[in-house]
Amino acid sequence: MDWFLSNSGMVMERAGQHLILALIPMVLGLVLSIPLAQLARMNATLRSVVLTASSLLYTIPSLALFIILPPLLGTRILDPLNVIVALTLYAVALLVRAALDAFDSVDEDLRQAAVAMGYKPWLRFLQIDLPLSLPVMFAGLRVVSVSNISLVSVAALLGVGNLGMLFTDGLQRTFVTEVVVGIVAILVLALLMDMVLVLLERLLTPWTRAAKAPADSGMKDAAGLPLAVETAR
Amino acid sequence: MSIFLETIAWLTDPAHWSGSSGIAVRLLEHLQYSGLVLVIAAAIAVPVGLYIGHTGRGRVVAVAVAGALRALPTLGLLVLFALLAGSSLMPPVWALVILTVPPLLAGTYAGISSVERTVVDAARAMGMTELQILFRVEVPNGLQVMFGGIRTAVLQVIATVSVVAYLPLGGLGRYLFDGLVLQDFPRMLGGSLLIAGLAIAVDLILAAVQRLVLSPGLSTDPDGGHKAPADLTVAAPAAAAVQGGTP
Repeated sequence: MDWFLSNSGMVMERAGQHLILALIPMVLGLVLSIPLAQLARMNATLRSVVLTASSLLYTIPSLALFIILPPLLGTRILDPLNVIVALTLYAVALLVRAALDAFDSVDEDLRQAAVAMGYKPWLRFLQIDLPLSLPVMFAGLRVVSVSNISLVSVAALLGVGNLGMLFTDGLQRTFVTEVVVGIVAILVLALLMDMVLVLLERLLTPWTRAAKAPADSGMKDAAGLPLAVETAR
Repeated sequence: MSIFLETIAWLTDPAHWSGSSGIAVRLLEHLQYSGLVLVIAAAIAVPVGLYIGHTGRGRVVAVAVAGALRALPTLGLLVLFALLAGSSLMPPVWALVILTVPPLLAGTYAGISSVERTVVDAARAMGMTELQILFRVEVPNGLQVMFGGIRTAVLQVIATVSVVAYLPLGGLGRYLFDGLVLQDFPRMLGGSLLIAGLAIAVDLILAAVQRLVLSPGLSTDPDGGHKAPADLTVAAPAAAAVQGGTP
């Protein structure tokens, strides 16, 4: 505790770096995966290509990817850009699936009703598909958020600044306190991000709480099972 | 681009494949660590997962614990165990076991509970004992989803074992950290390509095993024309999602 208090400035700085390295890929991944998922929905071949590519990408361990990327991107090994690109790739791989599931979860009848009411495709997507797919989308985002925060720390092995530095530094100095502070800080960061996402979801999808009672709990359960599996990592 | 040529030269140099720190030995170490972790983790996770899946008891606790474990940084746990118990073989193995149990447990449990309740009830009505229901009905029918969890766990272990070299132990990760210290980039890149190749190869083998083991009835069920793809989508995002945080 004393160590944390006297080094809180450094820990905060590392936490800031950590958050940026985890957050940017998440946002980029979301922005890239929504159009990708829309494209994949239009074409069955494209859909299987996207799904295969995303699972193949996922089999590549991140430590290896952090090292394979620099020569491909022309960056240096210490460049935080490698981490951002690698985590964006993972985020896209995960979110494309989530987005596909999310758009599939939108009731086809609602889509047809929107078309019948004269919605143009683009407006229908923005006002019907996108909002209604948010609950499933957010489940995916929460997984990405936690996994990104955990993955960023691995980049510290290569010398990229973040909370993982507390682990490498703690090991070199055989200083347990520093490692424990690092673990706790990462857990807190993951928890905070998760809470922000949950809050954001509540704000953006007020209708899911309008129908309380059995209908709601039923839906929660339906969404809860995949969540339970995802939670498992 | 010459970096790739150098890496290919490094990978194809026979001198790098033999000897006590050769690629063959490192590969074997990598597989041994991974195997050890998986055996211990499976011994814990599979029985518990079967129990939770079959009875539905303890589901909330399991999900909560698995969720909390998911946020634990792999590297931090490895370093902590190494510092507290010394960097011999077993402390990191136990750290890895802690990280491997959740996906295995969730995969097993999700697989069992993905089996349609009517099928289970029918088996019970036919007079099967609970154990018969579990092993003759629930496990074969839930195997597809269970394999998702197994493949995720295996990939995660193979990925995480590369970090163990930092502690320092053996395995293919050695090439990354030795290369980093020596500023020998072809060695780092070669090691990375070996790890990625190993992960992809093992996953392909498991996919083939899955195809062999799965009951053909699961995919050609005439009534389940929509059930098979639905199962696939259940398994697929789970596999990807569960793997989320592999280093």
